[in-house]
Amino acid sequence: MKAFTQVSSKVAPLDRPNVDTDAIIPKQYLKSIQRTGFGQYLFDDWRYLDAGDLDIPVAKRRPNPEFVLNRPEHRGAQILVSRENFGCGSSREHAVWALDDYGFRAVIAPSYADIFFNNSFKNGLLPVILRPDEVQAIFERVAANPAAAITIDLPAQKVVLPDGRAFGFEIDAFRKDCLVRGLDEIGLTLQHAGAIRAYEARRKIEAPWLFA
Amino acid sequence: MTAKTLYDKLWDAHVVRDNGDGSALIYIDRHLVHEVTSPQAFDGLRLNGRKPWRLQANLAVADHNVPTTDRSAGIADPISRTQVDALDSNCAEFGITEFRMNDLRQGIVHVIGPEQGATLPGMTVVCGDSHTSTHGAFGALAFGIGTSEVEHALATQTLVLKKSKNMRITVRGQVAPGITAKDIVLAIIGEIGTAGGTGYTVEFAGEAIRALTMEGRMTVCNMAIEGGARAGLIAVDDTTIEYVKGRPFSPKGENLDKAIAWWKTLHSDEGVKFDREVVIDAASIQPQVTWGTSPEMVLPVAARVPDPAQVADPVKRSGMEKALAYMGLKANTPIEQIVIDKVFIGSCTNSRIEDLRAAASVVKGKQKAANVKLAMVVPGSGLVKAQAEKEGLDRVFKDAGFEWREPGCSMCLAMNADRLEPGERCASTSNRNFEGRQGQGGRTHLVSPAMAAAAGIAGHFVDVRNFS
Repeated sequence: MKAFTQVSSKVAPLDRPNVDTDAIIPKQYLKSIQRTGFGQYLFDDWRYLDAGDLDIPVAKRRPNPEFVLNRPEHRGAQILVSRENFGCGSSREHAVWALDDYGFRAVIAPSYADIFFNNSFKNGLLPVILRPDEVQAIFERVAANPAAAITIDLPAQKVVLPDGRAFGFEIDAFRKDCLVRGLDEIGLTLQHAGAIRAYEARRKIEAPWLFA
Repeated sequence: MTAKTLYDKLWDAHVVRDNGDGSALIYIDRHLVHEVTSPQAFDGLRLNGRKPWRLQANLAVADHNVPTTDRSAGIADPISRTQVDALDSNCAEFGITEFRMNDLRQGIVHVIGPEQGATLPGMTVVCGDSHTSTHGAFGALAFGIGTSEVEHALATQTLVLKKSKNMRITVRGQVAPGITAKDIVLAIIGEIGTAGGTGYTVEFAGEAIRALTMEGRMTVCNMAIEGGARAGLIAVDDTTIEYVKGRPFSPKGENLDKAIAWWKTLHSDEGVKFDREVVIDAASIQPQVTWGTSPEMVLPVAARVPDPAQVADPVKRSGMEKALAYMGLKANTPIEQIVIDKVFIGSCTNSRIEDLRAAASVVKGKQKAANVKLAMVVPGSGLVKAQAEKEGLDRVFKDAGFEWREPGCSMCLAMNADRLEPGERCASTSNRNFEGRQGQGGRTHLVSPAMAAAAGIAGHFVDVRNFS
């Protein structure tokens, strides 16, 4: 997995609550059996004026000039800021793959849906939780100066604004360690293969029907 | 002994290893697999030279992409076909049991798990699908996972999890006649909001929940995720045990006796403390209809579309304005005056035999309204379809001008050919009314099967209780 330590970038503001994973990546793209290539379809229904599909080249489509990612001042942003309950709905990890493939390294929001939050960590995308007033401050900062970079420092657990204000954030120690070191969770778990076998041996006696 | 919640008991029974950092390695008893969220996980196994840890724990089925019309010639859409073919070949390569598209047992993954007895009380059940919460109706700890966790579950039979908090939602007393499980859960979501259950495992309790059949309980737990809770739970009782007995994957003989003895302990202990308690009065619940683009945007059918101008919170107000614009609705319009174009009866929320019976009883002897372009009924599985046909429900629907289809996820998420066209409005028994969910530009109103059926006959929403 891609490691995450520090990212400094301008910010794309997506000012709406309850951004669901259907909006992040619509269903027609889930037919792909690849893990990459979803960035071009990120926020597809909002980002383009015409309908898209896997077999329609995006170069032939009409971008929606109003949508935040299509505005020149937000091009190249690696940080997305949004409102509460980001990533709700479907469990599709394609949503995280699309954000990552587009170039986002982190999202900042007051809260996330559990499955999206969990999926992010498996792919090196950092979901930062800040207080609503802190998120509001970032929205205001971006509106005042879209070109200004903010910094997310994972080891220090803080978000630093261009004016030097810093907002601390909490993160689970195990997840932080995996992100900072870019660790493969399956490899880590398999170090406990003995414990898994011991559990199974015990359960076969307690609950034999589960192994019948 | 300290009192435990049902969730505590299920968690404790599955801890392989406490990681000492607030997370634990949790054993997974059942892993359900479908074609959309698994191909990249199987690729990951191949890439790292890994194999599934315990083959028998897995059961696979294609449901999201399958056509609901004639399947004898296979899948017309080449991209959908590739994805279903990938599931077939991955299952064959790794040795995983799969119900293929033309198997009578094929259906929506959350319908076939319980139907086959592959979902049992006390199990941990995972699937790369958020509606895995459905299986919590059996007193099983069941939740949706992403593809990385699908790969992790395949490779290790475990997941690294952080324990969630405990919430209990008690639906006190009895619901009025004509109120269904769907109305109960929509009313709950209207009360707690789409993020109300985030970070919690929610146990549904109370007389109104206990009175539900297993089908109804599955409808309630199915939509726990729409209230933000990754897992919903209902305690095991005689209704649960009677449903489970005698199914193909269920325990038999001595194993069954032993299982039942444990299953009977699967309830929250008397006096146990929950981190959050919500109490809803069952008698206050009316037939529900969503008006917006989030399941929490829901009201009784007798209400009017809300007015954003009355809302003080600017984030909430702007969310409502966006929703009304997308839905093409004006504030203060009576919900019963909203005219529909299509009806969808199906999905992992409402495609079981009881749902089809409820819808059929409403349409029997009547005709689909002229303004309704399409009303489709999509059974949850081949076995549900066969049962419905045995009872003559297919004829009832067809005589009323409704289409009778093959099983699958269909227009709940429109990955196959079934979808709304831009601007079309649908009375749907599915679970999500997000923008574009049923097709780009499509407008979804979530309702119960009886309410969807009544809307199909009337051409607009009506209170099914006054409908004849």
